[in-house]
Amino acid sequence: MPYEWDFLAVLAQWPLLLSGLLGTIKIAVIAIAAGVIVGGLVAAMRLSRLWPVRLLGTIYVDFYRNTPGILHFFWFYYALPVLSNVSLGPLEAAALALATQSGAFYAEVFRGGIGSIRKGQWEGAKALGMIRGQALRRVILPQAARRMIAPFTERSFEIIKTTSLASTLSYGELLYQGMMVASITFRPLETYTLLALIYFALLFSLSALAKWGESRLQAY
Amino acid sequence: MTGPILRTMDLRKSFGELEVLKGIDLTVEPGERIAIIGGSGSGKSTLLRCLNFMELPTAGRVELDGALIGQVQTARDGTERITYAERALTQVRRRVGMVFQQFNLFPHMTVLQNTMEGLITVDRMPRQQARERAMAELARVGLAEKLGAYPSQLSGGQQQRVAIARALAMQPEVLLFDEPTSSLDPELVGEVLRTIHTLAEEGRTMLLVTHELGFAYRFATRVLYLYDGLVHEEGTAEQIFRAPQREKTRAFIERSSEFSL
Amino acid sequence: MQYQWDFSLIFDNLPVLWRGVVVTLHLAAMCLLAGLALGFVIALMRLSKFAAARVFGRAFVEFFRNVPALIQLIWFYYAFPILIGAQMSPFMAAFLGITLNTAAFSAEIYRAGIQSLERGQWEGAMAIGMGRAQILRRIILPQVFQRMLPAFTNRAVEVAKVTSLASVISVQELMYQGRLLSSTYYRPLEILTAVGFIYLIVIYPLSLASMLMERRMARNQ
Repeated sequence: MPYEWDFLAVLAQWPLLLSGLLGTIKIAVIAIAAGVIVGGLVAAMRLSRLWPVRLLGTIYVDFYRNTPGILHFFWFYYALPVLSNVSLGPLEAAALALATQSGAFYAEVFRGGIGSIRKGQWEGAKALGMIRGQALRRVILPQAARRMIAPFTERSFEIIKTTSLASTLSYGELLYQGMMVASITFRPLETYTLLALIYFALLFSLSALAKWGESRLQAY
Repeated sequence: MTGPILRTMDLRKSFGELEVLKGIDLTVEPGERIAIIGGSGSGKSTLLRCLNFMELPTAGRVELDGALIGQVQTARDGTERITYAERALTQVRRRVGMVFQQFNLFPHMTVLQNTMEGLITVDRMPRQQARERAMAELARVGLAEKLGAYPSQLSGGQQQRVAIARALAMQPEVLLFDEPTSSLDPELVGEVLRTIHTLAEEGRTMLLVTHELGFAYRFATRVLYLYDGLVHEEGTAEQIFRAPQREKTRAFIERSSEFSL
Repeated sequence: MQYQWDFSLIFDNLPVLWRGVVVTLHLAAMCLLAGLALGFVIALMRLSKFAAARVFGRAFVEFFRNVPALIQLIWFYYAFPILIGAQMSPFMAAFLGITLNTAAFSAEIYRAGIQSLERGQWEGAMAIGMGRAQILRRIILPQVFQRMLPAFTNRAVEVAKVTSLASVISVQELMYQGRLLSSTYYRPLEILTAVGFIYLIVIYPLSLASMLMERRMARNQ
């Protein structure tokens, strides 16, 4: 007997799914904002003139690049409280895990963008009497920013997808709420298919938006 | 008595809105050497690239040795269209050799491997035989010493001579040269032109698109001047270069300052 | 009060963690191989002259890249069996999900690699009568394979990390064993930290290899 699809039963649970979607957007926004700050700091460390600072930055990035994201979620939720006597809620733990790991990836985006600017630009700025900070701010960053857009967008998409791991800490984002819907309706096939489609629609429309935005920024 | 080796009828090619070839009728007899000249945008390279189907013509016919290339399909309103099957085009390209402006040698293969490649993969020739043929062609272009070198180790002129040997190895019925010296340093142009000239003496059928009008004059049994996608004037080298009949041809010949007869 | 670290239970449970590492490596290797093979087929579809194949290839890539990998695993574990009316082992579900995900990403590596080669290489080979498949095999792939190697190694790193998601559907790989041990002994700090270092030891050599390859290629340019 062929399976009888019933998406209506799943769609009837739309308030749960909507709250999940909002939960996903909320944690994604927090993680991206915090990740940019962490990433900026780590990138600055990696570009520092002091080698111990550089080394620390490198270790940070390599550590996060070579360990799985889900581990960090569990670590912040279960292990950190043991160490610090601070107990974190699912949202806080998940946001911390996301921000620290995305910080490592954003740092590479920033560093790569700055590194892609030819040495002559630094020298030109120096020849005008600018100091390092001035050269970075007025000459290098404005040029590097444009080259960072595409990798920055790509990384941000990875973060949005990674927010689904917060479900393992029972944070009520899209996947977690979807699991609830699946267990209420006994319709996992429709539910998880719908979830995939919602993520796809979200990310695909965001990427179309990003491409459009990028094309508008091609000033020179 | 054999007929023309290559023939086009009302050959047209458009890129999007832009019509580059506007109906070319061309008949090439065996042993002819045709130089195609004209300004940039005149369609001369496109014409050459349509002859071995690097570009698919938008309309018109191409015949190789009397046989129409492609399948004629008649629409309900009576208009004819020609469709091209990849396999048939591959066979045509096998018979019509081409030498490119940018050489297009395979950088991961040695000079000998480049020259043997078509014989082995396309003709399925035994390796030993392919090797002998390739070595003979490389000797003909004066590169018998460079068999084991990679293209990046050669000068531009040497690379282009390898490309010529690679085309010759397939024993093509027609050879097409698409501005073979345009990307060479001036001092390397001579060796490539000399190589092409020795092929001319062997009586091969060749078509050459070039800016080297001096060479075209010495090389060609017939010259076509292309203007705006059409053959504007054609004749012997003597006629086109010494006594062009049409205003645009005359202006083009005079404008080409490097031309000295 | 200073927390008393106790790493002795890590050493006591090394055999358990080792079993997890073996499953992780097994799953990662299978997904990588199958994903690279399928990804090549998808890349060929994306470069095909048939519009239908191009559309399918594009849809496949976009779909699997724009849906979180965890959803893909869960879908194959909980939803797919209903569709085909057959049970599915956690390992099989993880294999299918990660393989398709890997295929989508590696298809883009192949495509970018193949398209990075100048058009002249195709034309040079066409001019001596070679067919598309011959050109791809003898001319294009040998030249671009090396360029693609760092990207494939990076993909291997990602695959190794993604296998940790299989713990969610109870595949007994490293992450799963770590979670199990940490809830058994109430020692999440030591165990999760140790699991992190084990991942680092397994994955870091791959990252290093990719970095060195990239550096060497940059120098050779």
